[in-house]
Amino acid sequence: MKKISILAILLTPLLNHAYAETPEEKGLSIVVEADIRDTGWTDQIADMSMLLKNKQGDSSKRVMRITTLEVPGDGDKSLITFDNPKDIKGTGFLSHTHSLTPDDQWLYLPALKRVKRISSSNKSGPFVGSEYAYEDISSQEVEKYKYKWLRDETLNGRESFVIERFPQYEHSGYTRQILWLDKEMYQPLQLEFFDRKNSQLKTLQFLDYKQYLDQYWRPGVMQMTNHQNGKSTRLTWSDYKFKNDFNDRDFDKNTLKRAR
Amino acid sequence: MRIFIQSLFLFLIASASTLSQAGEWSGSAGLEFRGFNQTAKDTQQDHNTNFSFVFESEYFHEWDDGDQSIAFVPYLRVDEHDDERTHFDIRELTYLKVAEDWELRIGIRKVFWGVTEFQHLVDIINQTDLVENLNTEDKFGQPMINLALINDWGTVDLFVMPYFRERNFPGTSGRLRSLPETREDRSQFESAAKEKHIDLAVRYSHYIGDWDIGLAHFYGTSRDPRLLLSTDSGGNPFFIPFYDIINQTSVDIQTTKNNMLWKFEALHRIGQGMTYNALAGGFEYTFTGIIETAIDLGVLSEYHYDDRDDLSTNMLEDDIAIGARLVFNDVQSSEVLIGLVWDRDSGGKFFNIEASRRLGNSWLLELQGQFFFNQKSNDLAFTISRDDHIELFLTYNF
Repeated sequence: MKKISILAILLTPLLNHAYAETPEEKGLSIVVEADIRDTGWTDQIADMSMLLKNKQGDSSKRVMRITTLEVPGDGDKSLITFDNPKDIKGTGFLSHTHSLTPDDQWLYLPALKRVKRISSSNKSGPFVGSEYAYEDISSQEVEKYKYKWLRDETLNGRESFVIERFPQYEHSGYTRQILWLDKEMYQPLQLEFFDRKNSQLKTLQFLDYKQYLDQYWRPGVMQMTNHQNGKSTRLTWSDYKFKNDFNDRDFDKNTLKRAR
Repeated sequence: MRIFIQSLFLFLIASASTLSQAGEWSGSAGLEFRGFNQTAKDTQQDHNTNFSFVFESEYFHEWDDGDQSIAFVPYLRVDEHDDERTHFDIRELTYLKVAEDWELRIGIRKVFWGVTEFQHLVDIINQTDLVENLNTEDKFGQPMINLALINDWGTVDLFVMPYFRERNFPGTSGRLRSLPETREDRSQFESAAKEKHIDLAVRYSHYIGDWDIGLAHFYGTSRDPRLLLSTDSGGNPFFIPFYDIINQTSVDIQTTKNNMLWKFEALHRIGQGMTYNALAGGFEYTFTGIIETAIDLGVLSEYHYDDRDDLSTNMLEDDIAIGARLVFNDVQSSEVLIGLVWDRDSGGKFFNIEASRRLGNSWLLELQGQFFFNQKSNDLAFTISRDDHIELFLTYNF
């Protein structure tokens, strides 16, 4: 028995070589590698502002603070506290995300001091009137998609893998997405979204990457353009801080109630 | 009143200038207009239109990495016609200390319990600021010491409330009031300590999977008074608000199954006349992205029951409520909520519409309409049956 196992281990690389990876296997292994490289940051806090623009050039601003807790083996936990527009200042949005089962979400309404458990089925709906859907800002877990490597390509001077991915969770507004993943950072450079009719809907570009803790790359700007309605949302990140000793207690309903 | 408001403004400006270096101020100022389509039942309610100015500010300062903080929220309304609607309140003045497994709050603040939409049955900590809105969602700040004990198996909140806030009622010239008038200055209490009776409450809350549950017990002064008919020296009738000492045990549960939210609240109350039970339960189902737009449509229905029947101090004693919520998910956060409450016993109906939309970045426009149909003379709502009105509320947020 032992001999056979050893033989199998010795032969595995040969077999892999003999039977070349399928595009699906290659796509998955690239995404798994990206996931491994982005594991271990524990928790983060960052400020986020959104500039919403319509076709006529009218703009509107959102400002919020996001804390996130890395949860090994499950989706991350996050708490978003709004600061602007002022009429929703202090509103809190707590989310315990999961890979394939529905997320747990609570909303804190400061005027009534009310914590409301809300349905998380609205994955394809706009997040605070922006061009980001809830599913776009949710924790990106490997299990959420099926993958297919398409080709390698240079995008804006960066070597990248081009991978097609298909949402496996319920209520997605997309049939598929095409991801340009940077070969050096293993982080997304661009993401294209195709709606339920498989027409091109939006393009998201990840810009101004910086490396934190000598390992983790984070974008400074995420530019989302909607090709169907001509609207765009520019999301700017600032003041990233990692390893703040957060734990589950910082992502419970009691903490949500203290949102300011 | 004028001197009071002037000194209040001086106080606000003084505290703003001393505190502004340390923390942050925010707030809102708004103008409310109400238009009634009929004259009121009582000739003393002598207006069909009314303006009101509302100011609320919030000061917040935190230190100790956010583990300690103070919050101060003064509130002021100045009303054109109703002296009782013109009032000042400290909605919040709290010190908060947060630790890993407890949170301590000392001061004046607001606490919300419950899950249902058409009525907040089990919500009892704060007194209703009734002159604000018939929907009873505006509350007076309640002085308290609140210790929350946070465990893996749920949170236990302990409340000691050393001072009771009386409910306010619209004044003689105010619309949307009882007939005859309810007079706050003639309130009576079961307890000899009156508003200084020390009220106590405990609440357990937790969530398991998609279930959120709350269990609570309250001992102390009933927030909703019984109204006792009396007459003044001139022989004019009026209502005395009578505050009993009650024991109330309650439960509130919500379960969230995809687009469907199931909600249930129930209470058992002893000490306010006969012992009674009341419940509220129903659902809210949301259709997301209807007709290929970003708009969400929520449909909701609830049943409200109170086993005192017509003796109920509660307007919803055997009522079916249905409603719809439209959330546009647009840049202006436009929303519309409509509701119809049907009293199965009397046949009376109440229709409510609320809509809101942000204008620019700092203004918020809200519309509310309240309409009463087929109210019978033995129904609590009968006295306001000629008070159908539209309200427009424009607020500047800073």
